[in-house]
Amino acid sequence: MTDLQHAATISVLVQNAPGVLVRVAGLIRRRGVNIHSLSVGPTEDPSISRMTIVVDTAPERTEQFAKQLRKLVEVLRATSLDSTPAVDRELALIKVNVTPGTRLEIMEIANVFRASVVDLTDKTMTLEVTGRGEKVDAFVTLLTKYGIREMARTGQVTLVRGSQNT
Amino acid sequence: MARQITASKPPAPAVRSRQMNGAQTLVESLRREGVEVLFGHPGGASLPIYDALYDAQDIHHILVRHEQVAAHAAVGYARASGRVGVCTATSGPGATNLITGLTDAMMDSVPVVAITGQVPRPVIGNDAFQEADVTGITMPITKYNTLVMRAVDIPNAVRAAFHLAGTGRPGPVLVDIPRDVSQELCEPDFDEEPALPGYRPVLDGNPSQIAEAAEALSAAERPIVYAGGGILSSGATPELTALADRTGIPVALTLMGKGAMDETHPRCLGMLGMHGSAFANWAINRADVILAVGVRFDDRVTGRLKDFAPHARFIHIDIDPAEIGKNKPAHIPIVGDAKRVLAAVVPLVRAPKIEAWWKQIEEWREKYPFRYRQRDGRISHQYVCDLLNRLTGGQAIVATDVGQHQMWMAQWYKCREPRTFISSGGLGAMGFGFPAALGAKFARPDKQVLALVGDGGFQMTMQDLITAVEHRLSLPIFILNNGALGMVRQWQSFFYRGRFSSSILRNPDFAKLGDAYGARGIRVERPEEVEGALRTALATEGVPCVVDILCDPEENCLPMIPSGQSVAEMILDD
Repeated sequence: MTDLQHAATISVLVQNAPGVLVRVAGLIRRRGVNIHSLSVGPTEDPSISRMTIVVDTAPERTEQFAKQLRKLVEVLRATSLDSTPAVDRELALIKVNVTPGTRLEIMEIANVFRASVVDLTDKTMTLEVTGRGEKVDAFVTLLTKYGIREMARTGQVTLVRGSQNT
Repeated sequence: MARQITASKPPAPAVRSRQMNGAQTLVESLRREGVEVLFGHPGGASLPIYDALYDAQDIHHILVRHEQVAAHAAVGYARASGRVGVCTATSGPGATNLITGLTDAMMDSVPVVAITGQVPRPVIGNDAFQEADVTGITMPITKYNTLVMRAVDIPNAVRAAFHLAGTGRPGPVLVDIPRDVSQELCEPDFDEEPALPGYRPVLDGNPSQIAEAAEALSAAERPIVYAGGGILSSGATPELTALADRTGIPVALTLMGKGAMDETHPRCLGMLGMHGSAFANWAINRADVILAVGVRFDDRVTGRLKDFAPHARFIHIDIDPAEIGKNKPAHIPIVGDAKRVLAAVVPLVRAPKIEAWWKQIEEWREKYPFRYRQRDGRISHQYVCDLLNRLTGGQAIVATDVGQHQMWMAQWYKCREPRTFISSGGLGAMGFGFPAALGAKFARPDKQVLALVGDGGFQMTMQDLITAVEHRLSLPIFILNNGALGMVRQWQSFFYRGRFSSSILRNPDFAKLGDAYGARGIRVERPEEVEGALRTALATEGVPCVVDILCDPEENCLPMIPSGQSVAEMILDD
């Protein structure tokens, strides 16, 4: 997320049908824009999935993306979330090198970020952290010096605050 | 498959009542959509479909010699008739040959349904013989596509395909059917409504936006209507004409909008854009209020966007919300069907005071009408176009190919009614013209249909002359033959210092070629022969007539606003 000039978030409700992910991704690719993150999962209705897409595009183009996405037959709703108060979260699993000397230090950092240890060996520790992208970025930065062996991030998921639907 | 179509057909094997195979289900579904004609070419994966078509007396399959022609002909059929055009091809190479035509249909919003055969389900994804990922390939060039995995799903897929192709902003839809699905027995339900919860085109415009648009037009000093293909798709010609009649507001048409209004109407300025009339371009660029309807602000119309109509307020009516504000911000956006929105706008508009505006436009019109010169002994392309306009009274259906001849015909052919000018606008696909004319003739056998092509484009699809001969079509094909890829040559002449890299053509004798196919062939070499040849070809019945007209190789298509520039840089004379 750190290198993005413009991170625009679009939330898309789609029919849970084959090929929908390719259609959505293809539509964005065709307009020459990089997808920074894309997360897909079921909603409260199992026939409908929600995609949260973060694209690297100028704010004035985001609504055009949403409009183009709405043209896809399987897309039920596409909302550009840039001007709406919303809750963003991302989950990351980070496997760092540990030694007996660094273990406690890392756990202290994890405590500050309310990250939890989900796996531990004599050489590695796997941490789970949840939060806004910036928080995850900051956590990753602090862990870098211990040696990150591998990392998996879910990409951002977003819901609009309050009673309004996303 | 060498059997004559007139030969007696053996009876189909009996099936249990209500049970039919996927291919028969498909044919019955097409019948229920009112399909009378489809254009196609068979192959392995579509054999079951062709076997079912063999029994369909009421569905006329036109065998083409290349699937590209099937797609272009379906477009020609759709554009001439307003109905959904249908084409079919087998898996792999058959389907990939449809691509150009489907892309054309996507760019020009033409309702087309393509039925393709696919390899059997068990081998999909295994790189089987003649397998191509056709739904994957066609995703960005169709409005929708679907791979049908059960025979029982065919009726629903076909209903959805026709509904999606023909409603909202029209476009191509592809239905891919594996061979074993075509063979699978099922008990189809033809009455099931397809569920398309994500597809809800907005037809009626927002009333307050409509009122605001009417107010802006009423108060305008230099208004203009910029009308395009959306008028034809929605059948809004009466409403557009009523607007011009009631308010006196001038109307400029895009290439796709030709036929949207009678071009001999005094309020009609004809075509605008790169090769449009100077007066239409000057008018739109000086306008204070522009009613853009059924248009998409294509670069061939606007040139450099920031300099396009810089003083204007834009009212933009379109059924596709994504077109509004895409290239140029709309001050008054109206999402809706052109016919319905215009019908609501017209009664609210008061005739604006635009006498001075018209005086200016008429001055421009007098100063720079379309004009051409005839060099000694050479045949002017524009003279041929002008003559075709006069001989047909602008009432024939014209299909053009792509290039100089297309632009000259757009300038000189004054359409009198909708759906009479069929051309590859957005995609600019050479090879389109003749197959589109073929399709149009099947749609409107009662009408004079003609193809106007260049010597380059015709050679991309001319093998289907035999199809026109086989069906005894009264179809004149006029080749404006300048021995060059004329538009490429023109750009090289203007922008590449006359370095004619690969744009000069060595051509066959097209008249003899026509003869060889069993068509009528006429070769025209001198200006004084042109009119007689045109008259002969237009009157030729029961056989296509190939008229090879050797034209001035140095004629340039003007006016021209060079690509990416503005009206200020328009080239008027060479």
